Amino acid sequence: MTRLEDSQWQGDLEQIKGLVTERALRGETMVLNMGPQHPSTHGVLRLLLELDGEEIVSCAPDIGYLHTGIEKNMEAKRYEQAITMTDRTDYLNNMGNNLVFCLAMEKLFDLDVPPRAQYLRVLLAELQRISSHLVWLGTHALDLGALSMMLYCFRERERILDIFEMLSGQRMMTTYIRPGGVWRDTVPEFEPAVRDFLSYFPARIDEYERILTENPLWRDRTQGIGFISAEDAIRYGCSGPTLRGSGVNWDIRKAIPYSSYEDFEFDIPLGQHGDVYDRYMVRIEEMRQSIRIIQQAIDRLPDGPFRSNNRKYVPPPRSELGHSMEAVIHHFKLWTEGFRPPKGEVYVRVESPRGELGCYLVSDGGPRPWRVHFRTPSFMHLSVLPHLTKGHLIADVVGIIGSIDIVLGDCDR
Amino acid sequence: MTILDAVKSIETALPDAFERAYEFRGDITVVVNPAHIVEVCRYCRDTDGLRFDMCSGVTAIDYYPNEPRFALVYHLYSMRHNMSLELKVYLAGDEPVVDSVTGVYPSANWFEREAYDMFGIHFNNHPDLRRILMPDDWEGHPLRKDYPLGYETVQFSFNFDEVNKHKPYAKE
Repeated sequence: MTRLEDSQWQGDLEQIKGLVTERALRGETMVLNMGPQHPSTHGVLRLLLELDGEEIVSCAPDIGYLHTGIEKNMEAKRYEQAITMTDRTDYLNNMGNNLVFCLAMEKLFDLDVPPRAQYLRVLLAELQRISSHLVWLGTHALDLGALSMMLYCFRERERILDIFEMLSGQRMMTTYIRPGGVWRDTVPEFEPAVRDFLSYFPARIDEYERILTENPLWRDRTQGIGFISAEDAIRYGCSGPTLRGSGVNWDIRKAIPYSSYEDFEFDIPLGQHGDVYDRYMVRIEEMRQSIRIIQQAIDRLPDGPFRSNNRKYVPPPRSELGHSMEAVIHHFKLWTEGFRPPKGEVYVRVESPRGELGCYLVSDGGPRPWRVHFRTPSFMHLSVLPHLTKGHLIADVVGIIGSIDIVLGDCDR
Repeated sequence: MTILDAVKSIETALPDAFERAYEFRGDITVVVNPAHIVEVCRYCRDTDGLRFDMCSGVTAIDYYPNEPRFALVYHLYSMRHNMSLELKVYLAGDEPVVDSVTGVYPSANWFEREAYDMFGIHFNNHPDLRRILMPDDWEGHPLRKDYPLGYETVQFSFNFDEVNKHKPYAKE
């Protein structure tokens, strides 16, 4: 059991000048250190909270505890090696990270992607969205005291990870999406497994809603908490459910469709009040919409090649290696020296479960990316946290952190 | 208004700031004089027909050993007109300084801190320019190209002693 005195700021107040108000330096308010090892900060986030009684006067997030230099490391790796690093940024959105990096590469190379691969990508990105939202819902509800939600959500998430393992051999670090398509074609068990999940899951969402949506305790803890207006949300760069909870109708899947999202029918759920409860409702409804997209994708999954036939960027199939000299040469060149894309720079944004995930890729014409930058939604949303928490009680901070759905691996990279 | 009209409008309204514009794979980039970046951002945000109300991110590139060494890229997006624009600013290598755009786009705050932390680019008038990802007492700016990646030599039997000498515990 942690005692309050242990968390109270013990050091010199001069060190945190500028992060707290003058009142803290005069000793009128209390400075409290929350994290980095705190269960409801969803990873290793440290918050420096200044409290007047139970009310928050100021909040200064301190990040970087999970910084692993992924952007620097990617500059030292060839393009096809760098894909594996993207999995390790946002560890709840592995397929989405692969997707944004591959889309950036394809834009840079001007590489075509066959329809089957595009539909598969949409299908997997939506499965990933559901699995990420399940972790969010489980941990968010756990933070606010609904302990059983975590068990239900992780039970369903495991079924999605089983599908990923079936396809790629890995539950989480899949690296399944590759430039020009996907790593390999689906296995025969894939389609029944997805259909099984589709018939099983919608009833589970209703079950979650029966536990939480009308629950007076849940409403008390979430309604009117962590408010952000639509104008502020845009000004501060919010995206995804955090932005849509404030009623701004902006979803990258609709606004700038990528990977054949324009072929699918789905609605964009919107909130009205911009509080924790509305962000919760938006994400719950998003899971239903993802189910709709997956249903359309699996019904209309086209036959045909699963990756591009452009041998300059995509390795030849193993069956060709035995009898085609050209295939052997391409294979050898691809895996020894990599490919040489044109010089240039591209920016690609996709809708990750958390919001706008952008990839800025600069090429100098060599086999290694000159610069890769990930514009990550968690980073952006954490910078809004001081604005969201101001004036609320300390007990609401955990609810607000949960509602912006941060992943520290995504934030610190 | 299309994105090309938007670029034209920036060029005519702010001829001192506008340097050149180019297109690559559909991304429009406008190269801006670093002294006028705040002015250009304010123009992009407030002018009817442009309304780039969201700054998605700010990032830096190190072109070492070429000069100008650094470039800053601002990703702007207009919700109303559904178009995006990249603003680019080139900075000299010896003393990279530029005005902060946090007054126009509050979302740029942490991205500018990241650029300061990782590249050592200074931002004038930034409200809170501290390191963000690296520890406060860190030396150097890791994403610069002359900053070594750092690695540990693999220890084999033939170079065991040599590698051992460099290990921290061997210094005692």
